[in-house]
Amino acid sequence: MKRRTLLASAAMTAGLALGMATAGFAMDKTKVGFVYVGPVGDGGWTYEHNKGRLAVEEHFGDAVETVFVESVPEGPDAERVMTQMALEGADLIFTTSFGYMDQTINVAKKFPNVKFEHATGYKQADNVSVYSARFYEGRAIQGHIAGNMTESNVIGYIASFPIPEVIRGINSAYIHAKKVNPDVEFKIIWAYTWFDPAKEADAAKALIEQGADVILQHTDSTAPLAAAAEAGNVIGFGQASDMAEYKDGPRVSSIIDDWAPYYIARTQAVIDGSWESVSTWDGIGAGMVGIGDITDKVPASVAAEAMELKAKLASGEYHAFTGPLNKQDGSVWLKEGETASDYGDNGLAGMNFYVEGITAEIPN
Amino acid sequence: MIKLEKRPQPSKAWTYLTPLLAVALTMVVGGALFAGLGKDPVVAIKTIFWEPLFSEFAFYYRPQLLVKGAPLVLIAIGLSLGFRAGIWNIGAEGQYIMGAIIGAGVGLAFYPMEAFYIFPLMVIAGAFGGWIWAMIPAFLKVRFGTNEILVSLMLVYVAEQLLASASLGLLRNPDGHGFPGSRNLRDYASAHNGDLIANTGMHWGVVAALIAVIFAYVLLNRHMLGFHIRLTGEAPRAAKFAGVNPSRLILICLGASGALAGVAGLFEVSGPAGQVSIDFNVGYGFTAIIVAFLGRLHPVGILLAGALMALTYIGGEIAQSKLGLPAAAIQLFQGMLLFFLLTVDVLTNFRIRLAKREVA
Repeated sequence: MKRRTLLASAAMTAGLALGMATAGFAMDKTKVGFVYVGPVGDGGWTYEHNKGRLAVEEHFGDAVETVFVESVPEGPDAERVMTQMALEGADLIFTTSFGYMDQTINVAKKFPNVKFEHATGYKQADNVSVYSARFYEGRAIQGHIAGNMTESNVIGYIASFPIPEVIRGINSAYIHAKKVNPDVEFKIIWAYTWFDPAKEADAAKALIEQGADVILQHTDSTAPLAAAAEAGNVIGFGQASDMAEYKDGPRVSSIIDDWAPYYIARTQAVIDGSWESVSTWDGIGAGMVGIGDITDKVPASVAAEAMELKAKLASGEYHAFTGPLNKQDGSVWLKEGETASDYGDNGLAGMNFYVEGITAEIPN
Repeated sequence: MIKLEKRPQPSKAWTYLTPLLAVALTMVVGGALFAGLGKDPVVAIKTIFWEPLFSEFAFYYRPQLLVKGAPLVLIAIGLSLGFRAGIWNIGAEGQYIMGAIIGAGVGLAFYPMEAFYIFPLMVIAGAFGGWIWAMIPAFLKVRFGTNEILVSLMLVYVAEQLLASASLGLLRNPDGHGFPGSRNLRDYASAHNGDLIANTGMHWGVVAALIAVIFAYVLLNRHMLGFHIRLTGEAPRAAKFAGVNPSRLILICLGASGALAGVAGLFEVSGPAGQVSIDFNVGYGFTAIIVAFLGRLHPVGILLAGALMALTYIGGEIAQSKLGLPAAAIQLFQGMLLFFLLTVDVLTNFRIRLAKREVA
């Protein structure tokens, strides 16, 4: 009995090795896999990643085949989906949520010939790149508009998970809202989800009841905009996607993620054999972060200032985190004229503190 | 005219036939759904049911069936005991979470010490976590007559908040760059629930699930307690006359299902999942309810139902990536399974008669 199980497991190991060996050979068609955390119809985060996938298909035509699996939970299921894609011959796999980090690394170890690209994480390997966008640049513009537009001086913020990515967004929006409106106050609700229309709508309603007349969101559905439309006299912004269907309603602008150029470039690199593990963090300048049309609800002067801010952020003339800035506890973070560094103790990559003035606390 | 006539006793034959009929009906209607989405229904059904078992890469998928099926079976076995006695624990998801938090917490408390007794302690702690969480509705029901369905369900949401809190605070990885989630137990040998034989998917949770099936079988068929459980469900009045103590039964049934859900959570967090994270739970506790009923609340039936459910999960993922089927279509397909099972259940308790309309 023991011998038989031993043999069986040996056969399985051999099988896995064989699978990996065959998976490595690129056939004439390059196969690109995408693992999505939400449904492709979420109208936000996953919707934009899927637009990037479709752009890859359009750009390369028959030379590339893409596959995807949507609504994959961030756990062992993700690992299985990635393994399955690699076994079925994927050459390049984009894993498009922070929570896929360890799984991506684990699967990448088993398939050294398959290239992996993990969105918004920080763990790299020889065959794992990481990429993200400087969404906080878009948040700066959002904050500028929000600070000008609010009449109740209360801005509601629907946050997803307390990770640096989200905290950066809150800080950036707050700093720029405060700049134009010193009386502004932020109310923050943690939804602990990236996509859950019911929860997001509840959060929006709760914020509106607490007096917020501007809703910012770091979750992916259009539910908060729908809640804002229902309440009337409340404005919001498209998140991850333009959410243009709310243009006549509460949506005054949006932050748009544009992954298409990156996905096309990385696929091209695999085809050319020039793919290397890199860490990419692009913003407005590189076109990874876009700002959706500012509607007429926003006064022309404010819109013009917002566009100017956008141009300065794009050219690098202005950094969204420029001193003097203090941390929430009053200690100095950035001195006059100093800009935040990406990495290091007080760097943006690992940001886990609020700036001075925000009265909420980061949950822990 | 078609008439339903109540059978004097549930049909034995139909009890066994209805699950198969439900699967067959699901295949037909599901196939029509896939056809409506522009996919070849035969290929789609074959991808879901055949590929995980016999395709080129089955060597990888077969072990995954164990990984996916084990927690379902483990939880469903516990639930079935209560369900048989008419005690409805709907909150297994919460007990699963609490088992994972407390079990992993015990393991992490020892970090980085290596010792053989750490994992067994974690298993006990996991069982305790699930048990204590189930004791809340049990105690409230026994003491104040509250409804265990509502209380156990509501406690799922409390457990989810505790899970978020544990991942962000108490159990957060100090070397995690400020990101939520505990240390990965895979990197901690004493606390890791790995494959017992490499690449078989056979971890301790699978072993525990099989043991639970055997225990439940013996308990229900050979033990007085099992008899009491069945009697209470089938004939509560008779049970009272037979001297069954309902409070004791509530405590035992909820406690057992809680403990089993708790160890399922522990085996998952220390094995396939690896870490406590905010969205650690993916609905095993709820899916297990389907598994329990699909398996006719019978231990062996549950084992088969768990395997079938795991198959649709894994096959469903393959169908998504290979055929481009939307995830919602797969979920619909899984939902149909329970729907049809409940529908055809009518055949177990009723006879269909073609009768002429009687003139009054």
